[in-house]
Amino acid sequence: MAGITPSQTAGPYFGILLRGRAACRQVSDATHGVRIVIEGRVLDGAGSGINDALIETWQADANGRYRHPEDCGPEPPDPAFNGFGWLHTGHDGGYRFETIKPGPVPAPGGGNQAPHIVVSVMARGILTRFITRIYFDDERTNADDTILRLVPAARRDTLIAHRAGEGRYLFDFVMQGPHETVFFDV
Amino acid sequence: MLPYRRVPPGTHPPEDPAYRSTVLRHPLEPLIHIPQTITEITGPSYPYEVVGPIDNDLTRQHAGPPIGERIIVEGRVLDDTGRPLPRALVEIWQANACGRYAHEVDTHDAPLDANFTGTGRTLTDEEGRYRFVTIQPGHYPWGNHYNAWRPAHIHFSVLGPGFLTRLITQMYFPGDPLQPLDPIFNSVRDPEVRQRMVSSFDIDLTVPDWALGYRWDIVLRGREATPELA
Repeated sequence: MAGITPSQTAGPYFGILLRGRAACRQVSDATHGVRIVIEGRVLDGAGSGINDALIETWQADANGRYRHPEDCGPEPPDPAFNGFGWLHTGHDGGYRFETIKPGPVPAPGGGNQAPHIVVSVMARGILTRFITRIYFDDERTNADDTILRLVPAARRDTLIAHRAGEGRYLFDFVMQGPHETVFFDV
Repeated sequence: MLPYRRVPPGTHPPEDPAYRSTVLRHPLEPLIHIPQTITEITGPSYPYEVVGPIDNDLTRQHAGPPIGERIIVEGRVLDDTGRPLPRALVEIWQANACGRYAHEVDTHDAPLDANFTGTGRTLTDEEGRYRFVTIQPGHYPWGNHYNAWRPAHIHFSVLGPGFLTRLITQMYFPGDPLQPLDPIFNSVRDPEVRQRMVSSFDIDLTVPDWALGYRWDIVLRGREATPELA
């Protein structure tokens, strides 16, 4: 058994990483599904915006299929949707990304999970990425979601994006303090 | 679906007050343990067509050669059972020979090099191998504490087969006297685990009359042999 390589901070200079563009475009005209925008801020324990965070997102397509060889669902994944998003926060810690509402995906032990997006938060001052999920406040199945039910009821709201108009949701990543976002060990 | 093995405690560093920027940027509540679902076991693949044939040579991205000592960095991406991971996207970014990043946030008083951007990427081959040609990065000061200097390092970003294998880390060089003084390097408390971040000088990888070779393998999480109970 080989020892796993430890994580280190991405530091402040991550923006130079040549990934073709500073933020990815996930949605094209050909993508199936309901267009949504998720926006908010990444905040530190003093309530200040974290202006050098890297956010990575991973989600299913509108039918609940992941573009990955281990998703063996009945329909092929949407060829016009990758499911991987990344962006750097702005000077005030703000972020905004356009995607599609993910479909429901299978839950361990049967049934489906409520629609969600899994997220990694990395930054200067973060040695090991923090993992969380974004759910949507207009999804009734949240109440039965396997993962949400593992979160103390009083903290579940920190994982829920709130609808603020047609196709627009608000979600803050609060790294520390009151209303601290729930992060997962997975 | 076989889950990924849990990461042994003490592998990935937690927050550390010696690295001051961590103080306000980590949760105070404990992480909540959850089972792995299809969401975490699958994961992103990068649009591979954007990886160009010489994107792994940081000395050939501009009109002329960059200033500094040319080096080769080569190794494999493996899982923790030693199985090679092909088609993993490996990206690097680093300071130039003088210890300066080509980045607007870097205000260190050291010269930029018009022939060095300091970023590269490649895909691992069928045996999990990657290879970069670059310049030995310089040391540079940072504001963490009085007289703070980072040991020489190259930032690595790896996208393996699933969301849970995603890793961002730093590769260090053998024998660097700044390592014992660096809070980021020493955030990994176990000295044996910490050494996994240090590359080895390799005379067999060294090309005569051309460049020194450093070897560094990257180990990502592997799979359980049996399904995890939710």
